[in-house]
Amino acid sequence: MARVVFPEHLLRHTGGQRELELFVDNYRELLAVLEERWPGIRGPLNKSAVAIDGQIYQGAFLEPVHADSEVFFMARIEGG
Amino acid sequence: MAEAVDLRVVGTTPVRPDGVDKVTGRAQFGADLNMPNMLHGRILRSPHAHARIKRVDLSKALAMQGVYAAVSGADFPMLASGEVSGEAGGDLADIARNVMARDKALYHGHAVAAVAATSLEVAEQALDAIEVDYEVLPPVLDVLEAMAADATLLDEQCFTKGLSETPDKPSNIAAMVKLARGDLEAGFAAADVVVEGEYRIPMAHQGYIEPHACTATVNEEGKATVWCCTQGHFDFRTMTAHILGCKIADLKFIASEIGGGFGGKTVVYLEPVAVMLSKKAGRPVKLVMTREEVFRATGPTSGSVVRVKVGARKDGRITAAKAWLAYEAGGLAGAPVGPGVMSIFAPYDLDNFLVEGYEVLVNKPKVAAYRAPGAPQSMHAMEVALDDIARQLDMDPLDLRLRNAADEGTQAPYGPKFPPIGFKACIEAAKKHPNYLAQVPEGAGRGVAAGFWFNIGMQSSAEVRINEDGSVVVMEGNPDIGGSRASMCLMAAETLGVPYEQVKTYVGDTESTGYCMVTGGSRTTFATGMAVVRACEDIIAECKARAAATWGVDKDQVEWQDGTAVPAPGVNADVNPLSLADLAASASATGGPILGKASLNAQGAGASFSINFADLKVDKETGAVEVLSYTAIQDAGKAIHPAYVEGQMQGGAAQGIGWALNEEYIYDQDGVMENAGFLDYRMPVASDLPMIDTEIVEVPNPSHPYGVRGVGETPIVAPLGVAANAVRDAIGIRINDLPMSPPRILAALDAA
Amino acid sequence: MSKVHVQTTINGDQVEFLCVPQQTMLEALRDVLGKLGTKEGCGTGDCGACTIMLDGRLVCSCLMLAAEAEGQELTTIEGIAGPDGLHVLQRKFLEHAALQCGICTPGFIVAAKALLDRNPNPDEGAIRYWLAGNLCRCTGYDKIVRAVQDAAKELAYQA
Ligand code: FES
Ligand code: FES
Repeated sequence: MARVVFPEHLLRHTGGQRELELFVDNYRELLAVLEERWPGIRGPLNKSAVAIDGQIYQGAFLEPVHADSEVFFMARIEGG
Repeated sequence: MAEAVDLRVVGTTPVRPDGVDKVTGRAQFGADLNMPNMLHGRILRSPHAHARIKRVDLSKALAMQGVYAAVSGADFPMLASGEVSGEAGGDLADIARNVMARDKALYHGHAVAAVAATSLEVAEQALDAIEVDYEVLPPVLDVLEAMAADATLLDEQCFTKGLSETPDKPSNIAAMVKLARGDLEAGFAAADVVVEGEYRIPMAHQGYIEPHACTATVNEEGKATVWCCTQGHFDFRTMTAHILGCKIADLKFIASEIGGGFGGKTVVYLEPVAVMLSKKAGRPVKLVMTREEVFRATGPTSGSVVRVKVGARKDGRITAAKAWLAYEAGGLAGAPVGPGVMSIFAPYDLDNFLVEGYEVLVNKPKVAAYRAPGAPQSMHAMEVALDDIARQLDMDPLDLRLRNAADEGTQAPYGPKFPPIGFKACIEAAKKHPNYLAQVPEGAGRGVAAGFWFNIGMQSSAEVRINEDGSVVVMEGNPDIGGSRASMCLMAAETLGVPYEQVKTYVGDTESTGYCMVTGGSRTTFATGMAVVRACEDIIAECKARAAATWGVDKDQVEWQDGTAVPAPGVNADVNPLSLADLAASASATGGPILGKASLNAQGAGASFSINFADLKVDKETGAVEVLSYTAIQDAGKAIHPAYVEGQMQGGAAQGIGWALNEEYIYDQDGVMENAGFLDYRMPVASDLPMIDTEIVEVPNPSHPYGVRGVGETPIVAPLGVAANAVRDAIGIRINDLPMSPPRILAALDAA
Repeated sequence: MSKVHVQTTINGDQVEFLCVPQQTMLEALRDVLGKLGTKEGCGTGDCGACTIMLDGRLVCSCLMLAAEAEGQELTTIEGIAGPDGLHVLQRKFLEHAALQCGICTPGFIVAAKALLDRNPNPDEGAIRYWLAGNLCRCTGYDKIVRAVQDAAKELAYQA
């Protein structure tokens, strides 16, 4: 099962839960599952960046999530 | 990644395509456009750091001969908070209120009204005729005082974001960010040495030499054309449309050449005002800031207070690290405390850490991005703490960093595991560098520090067109701040297999090319470069198809070699190879002009790490610091145009040295910046610096066709720690606060 | 306000223009004469972006009154390249990647030319102190100094 980890600023949307494991095929499905579990979380997730297996995406959508994937949500990075 | 292929032009250092115009004075920068029938605008700025605006009366100004328009906050729509300005981030309501104050002036220099008149002189006189009633409020200037429970509030609607529960009372703390892992207590208990410190750094400015400038013209149909110096004209268009409540399609933005930005030109200041003035006046309006306005009302980066505690075992292994950050946002939210929190421990493999960051409103200019925004302030503290640990353990500072260095597979403090990174390679390169092996000169001190920046990808577009003679035009949408046109030409020439000179790159306006996010985040060579490479691959596919049609063979029987279509090995066709020029010449018969395009949201930007070290000498009579030598070593992934990569490293080092030694915003008790000019805001000049030696490390980024990581931001991070540690080495006294200006060094020497 | 009539020579051309008495030479160049190659970074004499030559002397045109140009000979960035193409300094700035954004470049080239006119063989320190009135925020000066050194070398070889 893919491991999904939330940073501090998202915990208010997950009722304090820091991580969970679930089966999905891609990021779009992951979002749908999380929204079903914690209605309203989609907005803040869409404003976050996400790292899937070490690769940072700003605005992921169809990126695959494998059974052994690690998914980390994190703050978006801008830059100068 | 096209690994280990022989590159023909990538990695060479040809002259940039826009070079001749820039050494002859032909290149047009932000202030260089004048239009027929043009008016000149000026902005009225708050004389108070904190005041309620009770009334703005423009009537006397408007009645003056030669004044064609005047605007104040009331002329701009009010935006709801929470609307984020596209990818460039930031709350649009805050940006809008920064562009023109509404109910409150939040810093000295905050725009309150603006006029357009037939000349600058008349515009200046009209500013004097504008009547503003202020209710002056006490300014909040110190970040720690601003955080106190009884502090004067800048914004009664500011409820700290990022807490697990929304607080019931407003405060000056706009946001809180936290990262944690492991068991801090156990970590510190396992430590043989523990160091601790508090480090303060005042606000500093990006210091680009070109002041903000723009010219806007709105016609009777409401269509606006805006010419301005910007790091991203597409994002400027989006922000302006939102702030004015108009349609994106009604705005055309043309990016002039840009005289430096370093992050400070990723956000609008003048453009919505110029458009509004032009609309009211029915004539073009030019707005150019003075240097004083640039200091008072644009940039800077956050002033900060950072507390760090680090524990390590005798062998140098860090057992626990804890940090607390408070970053000034200025009068409106938007401080880079998130990246400050995420970067402070990023170079190191840590089991136990906690870092908490606070973004705090104070009555100073709203901060803007500045090169690796947020990282220099926090990483300075960590790099100084590591230096103290190395001293206590009598360990070489490079060995200490190597002992703890993050590597491929290390879980970054901000979450994910690192893909291949070059931090260890940088440390190893430093250990072998002749400058490091050399003795520290008599009386001098040496300092070492690491740097890091995430880098970003995001959306870019590119189009490649083949002219009738086979010459190549690349169109993209990222303003060229430091030679990016040359890098695009190199990547296009490499991909297409043609000489560099055959390719020209142009930066299109918002209507002549597809969306490109700002030139920032060290993304241009990475993301837009990737789009250019893809567009060239599109061209190659098209050329192969046309060669196949010409020869009457299948598409997959054609190969592309050195800019020429040739039959694939084993294909038995008696044909002549077709060069790009041949294919272009026969284009009318094979399907018309040859065009390639690509658009993408580039993922997988690679983090870039660095090690810098320097030898400094302190004059104990004057407190002045002399930089004897400076060495910057950085992982570029792949240097497309190595001379411009070196230039980024050297320029970032110089900026960081200036920040460490001299640059700071100095305020009086009323919140008025006392040094708003280049004479007193002292940036490094040529005689302040030695040659800056560079070594480019190349650990390719697997996500880019040529391995590019992005290099523009990391260079400013390490110099702060380098200077602090070298001064410590030279005088035997640790100075925690920056800048280490002569008076501060003398005070430290006196106290010792 | 009555305007002042000024007759002067700019890059070898006879030029006449009208200006208000308090107008700076920088404003006259840029706003009256359309010579936009000379840049403004500060308007207070602290950045060197507006550097021009006035009868062989280096001046910040933002600190000079336009009326002072009367009867003088001015050289601006537009007058540095000759009929045979770029000046050696301009070529060397390009070859050494001595510009990033390029806003400081006109001022540096005019200032460096004044240096080489007077001291054809400056050492690194002389170059750094001569150019200390010109701010560059992008390059860290390294490649600028090298470009000037290399230009001096080539000029010496030609001489
Ligand atoms: S504009 Fe004249 S010195 Fe800066
Ligand atoms: S190249 Fe940008 S200021 Fe010098």
